[in-house]
Formats: sequence, structure tokens, C-alpha cells
Amino acid sequence: MNNLTRPIFQALQLTKTYPMGDVQVHALRGVDLELYAGEFVVILGASGSGKSTLLNILGGLDVPSSGSVRFGDHELTGASEGQMTQYRRDHVGFVFQFYNLVSGLTALDNVRLVTDIAKWPMTPSEALGLVGLQDRESFYPAQLSGGEQQRVAIARAISKRPDVLLCDEPTGALDVKTGAIVLDAISRINRELGTLVVVITHNAAIAGMANRVIYLSDGQIAQIKVNTHVIPASELVW
Amino acid sequence: MRAMSRLLLSDLGSHWKQGLAIVVLLMCGIATLIMSISTMRSLEASRDRYYARYCFAHVWASLVRAPDGLLEQIGQIPGVQRVSGRVEKHVLLDFPAMIEPASARLVSIDIDPHLDINGLYLRKGRLPVVSEQTEVVVSELFAEEHRIRLGDCIRANLEGKREDLMVVGIGLSPDSIYVVQPGMLLPNNRLYGVLWAPKEKLSAAFNMEGTFNQVTLRLGHDANIGNVKRLVDTILEPYGSIGAYDRDEQESHARVRDEMRELRTMAFLSPAIFLSVSAFLVHMVFSRMIGQQTEQIATLRAFGYSAMQIGMHYMRVVLVWVVLGVALGIACGLWLAVWLAEIYRMFFRFPEMILIRFGWEWILAVSLGVLVAFLGAISGVLRAVRLPPAVAMRSGASQPAPSKGLARLAKIFLLRPVGRMVMIRMVGNPWLTIFSILGMGLGMSLLILSSFMEKTIEYVLDHQFARSQRQDLQLSFYEPRTQRSLYEVQQWPGVQRVEGFRSVPVRMRNGLASDRLALLGLEPDVELFRVLDQNDRPIGFPEQGGLTITGKLAQKLHLSIGDIVEIDLLEGQNRSIFLEVQRIYPNYTGPAAFLPKAYLHELMHEGERESGLFLSIDPDKRSQVYQQIKQTPAIAGVTDKDSALANFRAMISKSTGWMRLINAVFAILITLGVAYNSALITFSERSRDLATMRVLGYRESEVNRVLLLELFWTMFLAIPVGVPLGYLFAYGLVRSLDSETHRFPFLIHEQTIVYAILVMLAATTVCGWMVIRMTQRLDLISVLKVRE
Repeated sequence: MNNLTRPIFQALQLTKTYPMGDVQVHALRGVDLELYAGEFVVILGASGSGKSTLLNILGGLDVPSSGSVRFGDHELTGASEGQMTQYRRDHVGFVFQFYNLVSGLTALDNVRLVTDIAKWPMTPSEALGLVGLQDRESFYPAQLSGGEQQRVAIARAISKRPDVLLCDEPTGALDVKTGAIVLDAISRINRELGTLVVVITHNAAIAGMANRVIYLSDGQIAQIKVNTHVIPASELVW
Repeated sequence: MRAMSRLLLSDLGSHWKQGLAIVVLLMCGIATLIMSISTMRSLEASRDRYYARYCFAHVWASLVRAPDGLLEQIGQIPGVQRVSGRVEKHVLLDFPAMIEPASARLVSIDIDPHLDINGLYLRKGRLPVVSEQTEVVVSELFAEEHRIRLGDCIRANLEGKREDLMVVGIGLSPDSIYVVQPGMLLPNNRLYGVLWAPKEKLSAAFNMEGTFNQVTLRLGHDANIGNVKRLVDTILEPYGSIGAYDRDEQESHARVRDEMRELRTMAFLSPAIFLSVSAFLVHMVFSRMIGQQTEQIATLRAFGYSAMQIGMHYMRVVLVWVVLGVALGIACGLWLAVWLAEIYRMFFRFPEMILIRFGWEWILAVSLGVLVAFLGAISGVLRAVRLPPAVAMRSGASQPAPSKGLARLAKIFLLRPVGRMVMIRMVGNPWLTIFSILGMGLGMSLLILSSFMEKTIEYVLDHQFARSQRQDLQLSFYEPRTQRSLYEVQQWPGVQRVEGFRSVPVRMRNGLASDRLALLGLEPDVELFRVLDQNDRPIGFPEQGGLTITGKLAQKLHLSIGDIVEIDLLEGQNRSIFLEVQRIYPNYTGPAAFLPKAYLHELMHEGERESGLFLSIDPDKRSQVYQQIKQTPAIAGVTDKDSALANFRAMISKSTGWMRLINAVFAILITLGVAYNSALITFSERSRDLATMRVLGYRESEVNRVLLLELFWTMFLAIPVGVPLGYLFAYGLVRSLDSETHRFPFLIHEQTIVYAILVMLAATTVCGWMVIRMTQRLDLISVLKVRE
């Protein structure tokens, strides 16, 4: 873990309310948060705790109702749609629960989808090599296992050399063994590229591999725990 | 409400856009069908009632003159119910407000016209009576054009005698529904009309007391028309008869019949296109719907719903669309039929227009709607019915990988992943792509079909009136005149060139086939009336005096070059001659035959004679030329080419302008319907990929490219499908319009193709805009949470 003194994200008094029929649902209620370069952060919480909303705001997919978020020197709050797209394009890598690979494209082309528009990407083969799938380049998603598909998704996310890798329940659709392989790939990226990784999950076992664990409950940070001893993904049990 | 009924509402609601497109296309198809058939039946019924009530004749014969006593003899021919002898003459009219002279056919009527054959229907005023001043009834269209009111006087030249005819009525007659001046292709209601006057007055004016020069016959149902004509010819031959003819050769009837034939073609061609596209659309939408709802189907099957109940559910969805489309189509078609009947009222005047609104076309419309639903939905419904519940529960699996060949193809041709996504989707989903291309191609073919005639008509007009008939005016004499008349006209101020022609009525025979027509004698170096073939090349007359005939005549009489044809000369000594056919040339008008003028004189045993003159004049001195014509008693008729053309163009733009607009709107609806549906399907299948791309940092414009590329590629691929289809339909239409009186070339101008492509491009662009609006509304967060 490097550069812990320089925050990449600074969130201040973030709130988010959604109208749901006649009621206002408070997804976030005044969240203050700082995330640092090179950190591996796990945000834990039950369904409806606000973790996805927080991830969406950090990823530039959603805007807070009040409060502010800064990414480096850039204020994300109040940014235009075009600025948000540019922000995602240049700085953020996403990994989704259901992989979201384009079924008509090979593993290599799915990665190329991102390298085509990134500023200083690595080559698609290099990205697939980082997740151990160099021999699966010409495979289509339907020809890959769930874990392999998720690793292609990780390769796609990191191929642009993002500042932050946001992972939304990356093992949610996988069994334990495959999940461990995927988490190992994510942790390797964090270690070798120094990318800030934020994983949201309701699986408490994953917390063991994080530098910091942020517990969200009812839209607020209930607790932040710093792990002095980080467990490798292969040793996680759930 | 039962659960399945709620599900029906839900399915209809979630597919309302696709449903709307299907309903609109079905509506267009059924509307054009109902409109055309209803108009066709209305016109037929109006015409038939008119013919029956006003005793439209079955047989006509024109002659020089014969005593009234012969009528009794004709009336005794077996099968003849009633016979009427009348006096008919062409006269020049002088309207002070018009510089050019108008002309009219002056027809005698009996004292009690209700008993007369081809009886007069009075729209206004009364019937003429025998009084000091000649009273006339004027044909309605002519009266409207000249704003003639009851009590007005029209100055006429009755074979040299000037007389003021007093208008006492405005009316119609069943043999004058479509009035065309002799020698002209097109009607011109400003320059030519029909006047009816009492027989006593006309007989006196033309020195024809106790005689007639036209006979009309009504026959019984069991009459043998061929036999009647032959016997009439035998009786009238000594009196200069140019041969009896029946309704098929009667100009007004033949034109109305041809118009109805055209309507019949359109009644089936356009709806066929719309309905086949509707069936394609139903198929596209249904296949997609069933594909998306496999989980729903499996759940229902798991709950114990039978395959039949599932099938019925989907059939009910399509039935709702069809019922709506058919009902709206019938309503819209009836409304359009009233509008079209109003357009036809401008051309064909019937005493009353019977609007037929109910009939077999409704059954046809409903049957076609059901057929469309059945053909379109059957494969989808069968798929739903046959889906084993277990397989259905396995939905949500990843899309299968594209085939190896396809993957290789995509790699070879397109390097970027976005382009490859589009290609793999289009080639990997061939039926959807083929249906979209075919649907848009059909839309394009309809655009070509609805607009190519305008250029074709313009081409024929140019061929006929700019290249072939180059005269400004054509004068016809009451009787053939010596060449002196030509030299006299040449001296008129403003006349630049004069050429004479000789026209002799003849009957040509080849075996059992025969035709009555005018044999035209022309100078070999004629400049103002050139006989051209269809490639605009002048036809030289054979030096040995052989006959030159049009392709239409050759076809009608089964003649080919070298055949000998028997020709009865129906003027002068009424004798028969035999001539060899030496030239046959294809052209766009009806049967016609030509000889060198000198040779025709020789055959007629006469010296130089002119039946009429072709004039080319100085446009600035037109009024002076007209003044001279009005003062020349020998002239029975004058046709002004420019005026006839201008009138025809105005008529065409009035009638076809709206029709073209309606067809263009319908064709755009087809293109939009198909393109939008295809885009909707692509969007629903692609929304997850598109949302993923947006999250990965692709801009909206870059994501739109995926959809727009597919949309525009489909459109571009539809062009090579739509153009040949358009040619095919246009060819069918041209063939169906091939009648005895005219023929259209099969000619599609580049501008028509460009127009069709531009309209398609515009419709696709509108569709593209709708697609862009869809991606703007893409909910990134919720799409990503959904399992594929």
C-alpha cells in the first residue's frame, strides 16, 4: 500500500434520496469518506445499506442529492454528463456482478472495447495476461466459465490503467473456489499496478483481504476497520 | 379480471410501440384496399346505373347521311330493341373572352329525351324546344370551364353560317362521360365540349332534313352484337357508313373502362405490399417477444397452464393488433374512398355518385388481416407452445457464441470491435436482418411504384408533343379541300409553316380481325408531324407505297411485315383495296396507319386534297392567327397543342399530386415501421451491452453509432432489394395499363430512384433520431444489475 497520505476520493456529507411513490428513500445520510491511492477497500453492508449508491456516485454514474465528492483535484459534484463520461473513460475501471461482457465479441475484443478509447492503455493481450487468461483470447463469453468471464471483465477494467477499480459484488455470481481466483486477480492488480480498489459486497469474508473495511448501515458509515493483517484471497473462507 | 387477461393487457402495454407500428401498417394496407375497391365499385355502380337509366347505346354507326326511313329497317334487325337516328356535327365556337376558338360536338336530341338512346340528364335548366333561336344544352364540364349560365348565348359557326345558340340547360349524357376532341389524346374541357339541340333545328341548319348521320342502337340481352353490326353495315354501306362499332370502341366508354382497370391494379398491388410487410413485422416482433418471455412461459407451464392456453394468449395479443388495424383501415379506407370519389367526380360526371360502403371487400379485408396475423405469428406461437418447461427455465444463459465462419468474416472485414459488434449481430441474426431489409426494400419499391408514372407520362408527352407532333395548331376541315386552302393559310400573318394531311376513314381487315381508323396520308418530307418509333427515330415511308402501321394495330389485326391487309375505304366511292404492310413501328399511342400522301390521293382517285393542316406559328401572333381561324367557315375544328398540354398537366397534378403524397406517406410509414421495430428489437437485445459501454466510458454518440450503423446498413442493403422490386411492380403496372388506346413505356428515371432513396434516407434518419432518444433514456444503473 503506497501513498496513503494522498486521498484520491474525498466525500463530504454525501446524501442521496430517491423518491419511491410518495415516500423519500434515504440511501445515503451524510457520508464522509477519504480513499487513498493504492488502497484495497471493501465496503460491507446488507442489502439497502447504501453501498451500491455510494459506488455509483464514486464511479460517476449517479450524483448525490447533497454534499460533495472530489476526485483528485476535480469536483465530481455538479459535473456535466459529458464530464462524467470523460471521467469514467480516463480514470475508472468497473467490474460488475454479472460480468457484462458483449456476447458477440471474443475475450480479446471485449478488452479492446476499452483500449480503443483509453488514453494510455496496455495492450489487450497484456491485460488478459495479468488475469492469467492469455490462452483464452479468442474465446467468446459463452465458451468461458463464470470465473473466466469475470476475469475477462477485470482485464477489460484494468486495461486502461485506471486510477480506481470499482467492483460491484464481483464474486456474487460465483462459487467459492472461482470467487477466490477472481479476488486473487483483483488483489494482484492492486499490488502490482498500485490501483485503488474498492469492492462492495455483503460477503463479510472478503473483508479479510482489505486494507480498510468500511461498514455501511442504513446509509451511514457505521464503522471503519483497518486490517493490520491482510489475508490472501486463496485463504479466504465463506 | 382473470390473470391471463391481465397478462394480455400487460403484454400489449409493454409492446405498445411495436403494436402501434403493426396496427399502422395494417391500417395502411386495409385502407388502400378498401379505398380502391370501394371507389372501383362506386364508380362501376354509378356508371352502370347511369347507363341503364339513360339508355346508353350498345352499337353506333356514323355515316354521311341516310333517310330517316332506314331507321325502321334497322329496328327490325334481330336483337335490336330501339334505334335512334341523329345528326352530329363538329362546330367552331367563338367565346369573346378567349382568343382561341373552342369547338364542340353538336348532337341532335329527340323532343322527349327521356325516351332517347344516350338520354340527356339535366343538371340545371330545361330541355331545348324548337323556337326561333336555337336552344342548346351544354355539357357540364365545358359549362363550368367557361362559366356559362342559363340564358347565355354562344356564337357558333355552323358550316359557314354564324348563329347564336342560347343556353337553356346544363347536362350530361352517358356517351360523353369522357370527352376528347377528335385527333387529341387528352381531354381539354376549355377547348372542347358537347352541345345538344333539337333535331329539327340541327337538320335545318345543316341541310339534313329527314336524314341522319349517326345511328345508335339499344339491344336486347340475347342479341348477337357481331351479327347486328354486320347487318347495320350492310344497310348503311351505300350511305357512307364508316362502320358500326360497339361499346368497346366507343371512346368515352373505353377511357372510363381503362381508368377502372388501372384502379383495379392499384387495388391489389399496394395493399399486397403493405400486408406482406405487416406479416413480416408481426413475425419480427413475435419472435422477439417469445424469445424474451421464455421464463414467463416456463413459469406458466410450471403452474399447470396448457400449451394451448399459452398459444391462445399470444394469438390474442396479435388479434388485438389485427382487429385494431383492420377496423382503423376500414374506417380510414372509407374516408379516403369518399375523397377519391370526389377526385373522380372532377373527371367523370355521373348524374349521381353512388358510394358503396359495404360489401365483399370487408370480408376480404378481415380475411387478409387474419391471414397476416396467422402467417406472421404462427412460427412464434408454435415456438411458445412447443417450448418444454424445463428448457424454458434455463433462460438467462449467455448468448451463444457466433459461428466460426462468421467470427472469421467479422475479423477480416472490420477491425474495430464496434463495427464487429454490428456485423456479428446482423449476420448472426439473419432472419431479423433479412426481414428488416426486405421490409424497407418493399417500402422503397412502393415509393418507386407511386412516383415513376409521373416521369413516364412526361416522357410520353415529350415524345408525342415535342418530338413527334411539332405543330402548334392542327386545323380540320368539314370536307377535304384543295391545296389552295394551304396556300391561303400560309399567307396569314404569324403563320410560319403549313403542312397538309389527308385523312380517310377506313376499315382494315385481316381474316376475322378488323379495326376502324383513319388512314393518314402525309408528305414524305413532313416536318410538323413526324412519325417516330419509340426511340424517337423518324420512320421513313416505303417508296413503293406500302403501309406503315403502329405496333398496336399490328397486334390487334395479327399483322406482320409482308402481310397483305384488306382496306375498305369508307369515304368517296367506298371500295376495298389491298396493301402490303411494309413497316411496323412500336409507339405509345393506339392503332394508326400511314401512307405517303400522294399515294393515298392515287388510291382515292383524287387530286391534291387536304383534310386538315398542321401549322407552326409565331407565338407573338397567336391571337391574329386565331382571329383568322374564327373567320374561316371551312374549319370544323382546331386543336391547340400547348393549351391541351397545359390543361393535361394541370389535371394530372391535381389528381396524382394527392395520390402521390398519400403513397409517399404510406411508404414512409412502412420504412419507419420496419426500421423502428428493428431498432427497438436491437435496442432491447443490446441495452445491456450499450449500458456497459456507457459505464466503461463510451460517449452517447459513440454508443449511438452501434445502433445507427446497423440501422443505416440495413437501409443501404435495402436499396439493391427495393430497386428491383420497384422495377418489378412498375413493370406489372405498365403492363396492366397497356390498353387499346395507349401504351406506356417501361421507363424508370434516375430521379425516381434518387427520390426513393432520399425519402428512405429521411425516414431512416427520423428513425435514427428516435434511437438516439432511446439511448438518452438508457438507465445505466438498473441495466447493470440485471442478469443477462
